[in-house]
Formats: sequence, structure tokens, C-alpha cells
Amino acid sequence: MAERYDVLVVGAGPAGLAAAQAAAGQGARVAVLDAQPRAGGQVWRHDVRHAPSAAAARGIHDGLKPPIEWLAGTSVVAAQGDALLVQTPQAARWLHYGNLVLATGARELLLPFPGWTLPGVVGAGAAQALAKQGWPLAGKRVVVAGSGPLLLAAATTLRAHGAHVVAICEQAEASALRGFAAGLWRWPGKLLQAGRLRLQLAGVPYRGGTVVQRALPAADGCLLRAVGIAGPRGTERLACDMLAVGYGLIPNMELARLLGCATQAFGAHAAVQVDARQHTSLDHVYAAGEACGIGGVDCARIEGAIAGLAAAGAAVPAGLLRRRGHARAFAAALRRTFALRPQVHALASADTLVCRCEDVTLGMLDGHADFRSAKLATRCGMGACQGRICGAALAELGRFPHAGSRPPLFPARLSTLAHAEPAS
Amino acid sequence: MNDATVRITVNGQPVEVAEGCSVAAAIARLGVPFRRSVRGEPRQPLCGMGVCFECRVCIDGVAGQRACMLQARTGMQVVTDG
Amino acid sequence: MSGDVLIVVGAGIVGAACAERASAEGFDVTLVEPGTVGGGATAAAMGHLIAMDDDPAELALSHYSLGLWNSLADLPQAQFSRCGTLWVAADERELAGVPAKLERLAAVGIHAEAVDSAALYQLEPALAPRLAGGMLVPRDAVVYGPAVAMHLVECAQARGARLLRDRALRLTRDGVELHGGRTLRGTVLVATGCALRELLPALPMRARKGHLVITQRYPGLLRHQTLELGYADSAHGSDDSSVAFNVQPRPTGQILIGSSREFDDAMDPAVSMPMLRRMLERSFRYLPALRGLDALRVWTGFRPTSIDGRPYIGRVPGMEHAWVAAGHEGLGITTALGTACLLLDQLLQRPTAIDAAPFDPARLAATVAA
Repeated sequence: MAERYDVLVVGAGPAGLAAAQAAAGQGARVAVLDAQPRAGGQVWRHDVRHAPSAAAARGIHDGLKPPIEWLAGTSVVAAQGDALLVQTPQAARWLHYGNLVLATGARELLLPFPGWTLPGVVGAGAAQALAKQGWPLAGKRVVVAGSGPLLLAAATTLRAHGAHVVAICEQAEASALRGFAAGLWRWPGKLLQAGRLRLQLAGVPYRGGTVVQRALPAADGCLLRAVGIAGPRGTERLACDMLAVGYGLIPNMELARLLGCATQAFGAHAAVQVDARQHTSLDHVYAAGEACGIGGVDCARIEGAIAGLAAAGAAVPAGLLRRRGHARAFAAALRRTFALRPQVHALASADTLVCRCEDVTLGMLDGHADFRSAKLATRCGMGACQGRICGAALAELGRFPHAGSRPPLFPARLSTLAHAEPAS
Repeated sequence: MNDATVRITVNGQPVEVAEGCSVAAAIARLGVPFRRSVRGEPRQPLCGMGVCFECRVCIDGVAGQRACMLQARTGMQVVTDG
Repeated sequence: MSGDVLIVVGAGIVGAACAERASAEGFDVTLVEPGTVGGGATAAAMGHLIAMDDDPAELALSHYSLGLWNSLADLPQAQFSRCGTLWVAADERELAGVPAKLERLAAVGIHAEAVDSAALYQLEPALAPRLAGGMLVPRDAVVYGPAVAMHLVECAQARGARLLRDRALRLTRDGVELHGGRTLRGTVLVATGCALRELLPALPMRARKGHLVITQRYPGLLRHQTLELGYADSAHGSDDSSVAFNVQPRPTGQILIGSSREFDDAMDPAVSMPMLRRMLERSFRYLPALRGLDALRVWTGFRPTSIDGRPYIGRVPGMEHAWVAAGHEGLGITTALGTACLLLDQLLQRPTAIDAAPFDPARLAATVAA
């Protein structure tokens, strides 16, 4: 039996949930799917120990309210015509849609540096996600590093889960941060949020202009023991059990690329190109939130609502469009403030692994003119993550631009790929 | 948020965690590597959200499952590749 | 011939092998390739070194080439694995064809053995039940084609060959004109596979699309390159589209799954889900355990297919200075090294190791003239 939805939403984070809610409000038959077992995306991820914020609880409740259909643990594998091939841990099926909303969110930009493959080194958002999943953190010493406001949020979550946050090392210069803070009055909500985080992180050193240069192993060589940092005060060693390091967020583009949506540059990466109604270059495909360029949760909510209304064939109120402009302006200010310094791009040496799936070092890629040539010669990007980690890192380092995408979007069971599509 | 727990085994060892915890969080209690890289290095999760595949393990006989993407359920048998 | 100019157009495995041989013979070689060395059909291919017995001429060329491949067996990046080929008979009728195949292989000196049902499951325990038996060709092997192509180009470069990152626009009376505006003078060898039409439209060439799937690592599940005996019908038949069971154990423990064939002269690289499904269903019939394995990547490639299925290896009819080595369909990697030797011997007016006549582009002169 073919499932057919007026509006099919991919991604159950703030943008996707807002889109589902808006479209369902117009009477459309709506389903929202996500690869994760629970809704909320990354920013509203379920925490096994702490109650969700009021905004998260409401957003999740409203975005999944029947008759909206919620397809948990559902990954998109392939696309054809007006249908997506999806799989759950148990089964596969084709979902047909009238209009599709891509709310595929973002992932962390994880950049290679000496020691980054050691157990105990994770992303900053990753540390937050793992904490919420119940990762044991009580009494663990954690250095939070990288760039962007996510570092503060991660440190707050880690603390709430019993970790001792040794320091927050922000690569952006202190002067840039001060300039940004001075302009925050334009976004009072953000100012309040920043103040609250700062209060929660009282006593944690926040070091601007500081980068983690290397992660150092314990004697057995298998576990993190310390990190070497470099900042305005020179180099230093900080003992720790965990390093949470991330260099900001980049849009998840695999499905948009597979469908053939036009993209626009997002730094060294790409974002989905949309018009005022969140309509992509393709008929029947809309996009909202981080997939269109990192804008944060408020922006995602607004864009999700616009996309949901548009996908349901409804008019979009001018107020929403105005609010989106304001939210996007904040995102642009953030990006200027936390722009990566050249130092960050030079952390990896020739013998640093860049492809963690196939253990390929940066030096092995020398002399290759493009990613394809490097892949064929070294297997870089040919492993289980399908180049998601190394591909983004190599684009950021200015080595190779991103490649296109092909099915399966995630490693998928062969029986799923052979799943017959129902006649549409 | 509640006190319910689930019991799974990791490499034959029983592990008890709060309901809702991921398989990754359960494995982390043992402090063992999740997998070995192709040149034999121990690895643990990097991204925590299903992107990096460093956390893949064998669950109930099915290899290559991302431990960070699945909630632990009583009776699960997990085998790491470490 | 030392110092004579040879311009090799196309750096797939065939062009790379020809450039390597030519540089060894003392030619002043320029290799013209706009893309990645070995990045076309060579990269898309399975890299199966196989003795196919259904056409005597191709069997001779394959056997000759397989002997030459031994020289690369120890090259690490070639990932040479002598896994052998296991041909599977679905039923007694297919099994009945085995003795004749053994005889044809034996005639050129290739050892192969009949396999009964019990032995079949000892060789590959994961095969589906109730298969009749088959045939094992132990010396067949698999390699990683693009890395070999890169190696061959490096060998040629070490002897002074140049790799020019440009695309050939057209053949001139005494050389070749490039897109970049330059004109190179000298003998030209066209080894551009499916793109042959751009330079030599008189030689019929079609693109035959294929799909391949590679899995995660499952070491030990499969030991031999395993094909259904009906594969030759798919490979050398002229049906518009066909699939056959054809799986390969990669040295990494990954399993490479083929194969599909459909003519597609527009060369659309998109994965066709219906074709993929057909191909996978075929493979599940023989190897049911595949169903539950995870696929990592799916890709497509294009086999350069001449009008009679045999490659063109020799002088271009009516052109003094132009030679061709293209149109190897699914056997380009198997026969690349043999092709290079066969071509160089002709170019140097030496006796050839095998009969070159079946590959002479002039065999199609009538077709071309018509």
C-alpha cells in the first residue's frame, strides 16, 4: 500500500516540526520523519536526566499532534519521482508526497588536528548530544573548544550532567567577541540568553583567541589525557578526560543534492537556495532552517512555519517574512564574529588522519587535483560515513569542494534498495 | 526523569542504564573502544548524532549499527568491534 | 622507432597501458587526458581479471593479457587478489554446459575444474540451496583498476612521458588538435572508450550502462568472484537490458555486487532504482545473505561497446597516422595489458603474439563505408 502525503517533512527538529504544524493547520495530510528515535532534532534533543525547556516541549507536542503522522527512526535512502525510499531498523517503504519540506538541519564541522581520533575526543555539539543520551560524565574533566555559541550551550549541558568544565577555548579573538556583544541589544532575546548561559557557567574560564592544537594520549596511547592549547598567553597543557571540540555548524545537504536542488555557497560549504516562500529550485520541494544556511533555532521555527504554509498552498503572512529577516541578520552577525582564523586550518599536519573511516592522512592526498582522484588513489571518503566528516573537513581546508550525492544517502540494507516501489 | 532502568549486555557483560539512554551511553560505561579502525586504532563516538559512524557495533547479530542512534532496550546483546 | 612521437588520447586503463608500453619501446609519449587518470570506465569497473570462453578471439586476448597481469601481482596498490572465478550452475541444464567450457579453456591452456553441488557449497557456503554445481577457474583474479592505471601512467612519466590535462578536439592530417587550442603532431592512438565517437565517428561505439553496489565490510562471507553461468548471455547478448548475478569479494572484506547492462548513448549517470532492484533481486536469488547486508555506495559506469562486441585494436582505416584501442565492453581491465602489446607490435611492424585480425578496425570497413 503506497503512503501518500500532501506534505512530507524530512527532519523533526524545530524547522520540521514548525512546518508540520503549519501545514497540518491548513488541513493537509502531513507526515514528519527523522532518523533519530525521538523528535526534537539536535537543539531540542531529549535529555534522559532533565526535563525539556517549555519551548521544546511545546514545539515537539504541536509538531507531532495527530493527525500529523510521526515516523521515528526513519532514514531517507533514495528518491525517485515524487517518492522517497525510507528505511527503519525493521523495514523499508516508499513514501509519496505532494510537496516535500527539507528540514534536514545541520551537523558539526569537525576539523582534523593531531590526536583527534583518540577516544575521548568528541565534537562540542556531540558532547552535548552524548550527555543527553546518558553518556557517563560525572566528575569527568572536559575541555570545551572550537568556535561559536554552541560551545556555551555544550558546556552548560556538560555541567548539568556532572562534568567539570576545565575551560572553554574559543578560537575567535576576544576583540571580535566584544564587538559582537556590544551589538546584541538589537536582539534582546539573545542578550537575555547569553546572560543566562554566562550565569550558568560562572567560574568556567572562557578564553578567546585560543585553539586546541593537539590531543595527547595517556601512556597506553589509547585514551585522552590532556590537550595542548595555544592562545594569547602562549601555549599550555590542560589535563582532561574529554575534549569537546567543534568549529560551528554546516547544513546537511545530502538529500537536497540527491534531489538536485540548486545550492548556494555557505562559506566553503553549501546551503539550499530558497525564495521568499522557502521554495527550492524544484517544484514541490521546500526547505527550511539550517539546511538553508545556519540561522539558529528561532530562524528555523519561522522558516519552518513559512515552508509549511507554502507547501500546503496557503498564503504566508508578511509578519513571518519580516521576522525571518531579523533572525537571518543575527545569524550573519554570528558568522562574522566566529569566522575561523587561518590558524585553525593549519592544525592538521601531513601525518594527521583526515579520513577516519579508511585511515587516510592529509599528506596522502597531496598531488591530487580533485576529490575523485584522491578517493580512487587513497580510499579517502569511501568508508561508512560516506565522506561526511572528511569531505566537509577537506572543503573547509580548501583542498577539495564537496562532491555530489548518490543513493543510498546512508548505508542501507540491500533489501531496502531492492524494495519495489508501488505504482504511483 | 524517571527511575526505570534497562539491562543489556555488552560483549557479554551486563550493563544497566536509565531508560532512554542510547546504546552508546551504555557501552561508554565499560570504557571499551567501540570499534577498531582499519589500521587497528581504538575508536569511540565523535559526532554523537549518527554522522561519523565511529560508534558502529553489532546489536543482536546485526553488524554496523550506530550505537548513538538507538535507545538501549532490555535484552539487547551488543558486541563491540574493539 | 626511438624518439618517434606517440600521442595517446585517453588515460583509462587501456590508454595508460599503451602509454606505458610505448614509453618502454622508446616512443616520445604524450598522454592527453582532461579528467582523472583511470577515472572513467576503469574506476567504475569491477576489476575482474577473467577468462571468458564464449568468443575464441577474446579468449585468446584475455589469456595473453592475464599472463601479463602476473607482472603486477605484487604491486601493493593494485590490490591484486587471486580469488578465482566460481561459475554457478542454477540447474542441470546449465551444468551440462560445463564440459564444453572446460574444453575451450583447456585449448588455450587455462586450467579450470568442474564443481559438483557438494563442492560448490564447500567453496561458497553462503550460496542459496539447491544449486546444481558449476566450474572453478582458480587463476582468475581481481585488481583495483584505477590505481593500476595511475601506476602505469607514472611508469610512463618516469621514462619521460608527459601527461597533458586537455581534451582532444579532433584528429588532423598529421596529429591532433586540442580544446585548449594547441595542435600536437605525431602518430595518434585514440583510447577514449565511450568517447571514441568524438574523434572517430566512423567507428561505431555504444555506451552500455552498468550498475554496481558495494557493501560495508563483511570479511569471510565470500571467497571467490562468483557468477552465474548465464552471465555470458547477459554480457555478450545484445538485449536492450539484462542483469546477471556477479559478486566479488574485495580484499577489504567488502562485497561488490553486479551486474546490469542497458544501452544508454546519452550516458546519464543517474542510478536507476528499477534497474538496481532488478540486479539486486537477481543476486539475492543466488546469495540470500546479501539481503541483510548494508550497502555503502551505488554507482554506474559505461562500457564502450563496439558493434560486434570486440574491441578495435589497430590502425584506423583510411588514416595513416591514427591508431585505435577502444571498445572492450566489460573486459577492458582484463585485456588492457594484452591490448597494449598487441597494438605496439603492430605499430612497430613486428609479429604479434596472438592473431590481430579479429580486432582490426578494418573488419567493419563495410559497415563504416555503408
